[in-house]
Amino acid sequence: MNQRKKTIIYFTAAVIFLAAVAIGGLFCKEAAQATDFSQKNLLPGLSHPFGTDWLGRDMFVRTIRGLSLSILIGLAAATVSAFAALILGIASATLGKGVDAVITWIIDLVMGIPHILLLLLISVALGKGLTGVVVGVALTHWTSLARVIRGEVMQLRESQYIKIAEKLGHGKLHIAVKHMLPHLVPQFLVGLILLFPHAILHESSITFLGFGLSSEQPAIGIILSESMKYLVTGKWWLALFPGLMLVLTVILFDVAGESLRKLIDPGSAHK
Amino acid sequence: MILTAKDISFRYSKKDREILSGFSLEVSQEEVVGLVAPSGFGKTTLCKILAGYQKPDRGEVLLDGKPLSGIKGPCPVQMIWQHPEQSVNPRLRMREVILEGDNIGQDIIKGLGIEEDWMNRYPAELSGGELQRFCIARALGKSTGFLLADEISTMLDLITQSQIWHFLLEETRRRHIGLIAVSHSSALLDEICTRKIELQR
Repeated sequence: MNQRKKTIIYFTAAVIFLAAVAIGGLFCKEAAQATDFSQKNLLPGLSHPFGTDWLGRDMFVRTIRGLSLSILIGLAAATVSAFAALILGIASATLGKGVDAVITWIIDLVMGIPHILLLLLISVALGKGLTGVVVGVALTHWTSLARVIRGEVMQLRESQYIKIAEKLGHGKLHIAVKHMLPHLVPQFLVGLILLFPHAILHESSITFLGFGLSSEQPAIGIILSESMKYLVTGKWWLALFPGLMLVLTVILFDVAGESLRKLIDPGSAHK
Repeated sequence: MILTAKDISFRYSKKDREILSGFSLEVSQEEVVGLVAPSGFGKTTLCKILAGYQKPDRGEVLLDGKPLSGIKGPCPVQMIWQHPEQSVNPRLRMREVILEGDNIGQDIIKGLGIEEDWMNRYPAELSGGELQRFCIARALGKSTGFLLADEISTMLDLITQSQIWHFLLEETRRRHIGLIAVSHSSALLDEICTRKIELQR
């Protein structure tokens, strides 16, 4: 088996797993909140793979539901963020020195404030909850991708083959679509996928700290912060499995992003 | 058509010396002009100015008396660069690189020894010499009237050099394309040129 086939398998497996979690969670909204006091505080076993909590709720279903919520929030936030990065990056590189100075200044400003602090401020200012988290994550994560895209466009504009294409009589639109887009799309896609783990982690951390989603929603941050209270009483499974699943999700997004980069980069595309 | 360079002066930055000062040249479409000078005397700079990639500080480049910069569409003065790997987009397949040129015929592709198998590859999967053939083919579009060859054969072995120059000379003679060749090899220029120009510092 060659490198390319292996990478395709990694990518597909990661995407299938994440999609299964995201979609599976949509269907177990009730199950995640169903309480059963005859089944409370059970150790992980066959009928409850991740055990049950102090209200007899199945931790496996709750974890899937929580991750699903996190992935969907991550999707929304990362998409908004990536598009902001694309537009601002291209604007910065093409609209002249003044616009570039302003956008670079904003990038530096956002980057200069610690992510989590800015995220908390935005989320609280927007009244917490879903909108607060999505807007908060979206507004704080676009900067590094915007920088990458700005740099890429600037470098492309100066490159020999673009200048040759101009002399061969091709218009600006043709050059943008034919020559620049194939360079920007991979950057954008990979940047977008690699934004997910950040978005998910930040979403769960501010929810964990109590500034994100409300406590009725079984978000992964809520599950973890609630489990903390029961950890001292020896109920280790309440935090361990949701925590592991969160880490696994984040790693899989990273695997998906990296494999996609390898697949579309001509340097490694045919390996 | 006649390509004229009139009193061209150029410097890269204000502090630098003038790399070209008051340079003039007139080339007709029947000529093969050789350009010789040691490194750093402005051969490539001159080519870039003649092909319109760079604006001279003073003086102008004219095509039949009209400024070259005013021409819309494919530029009749095409330049083949010294480094083919920088002249093709690494993310385009070679087939599309050829399509960038202005109606490149099969005879040109055959004449340069480009194999069908190369067409589906990316630039990273071809050698410098193979890439250079694509760059030459791309510059030989229908509207090309003058060709600037900036050390195009430095990375090729002698047999390939001779093959490519034979093709290029025949093609430019047949289609009445004026050729300006830059090379460090005076033997090569003696062989192919109708006239030689030496750049002075």
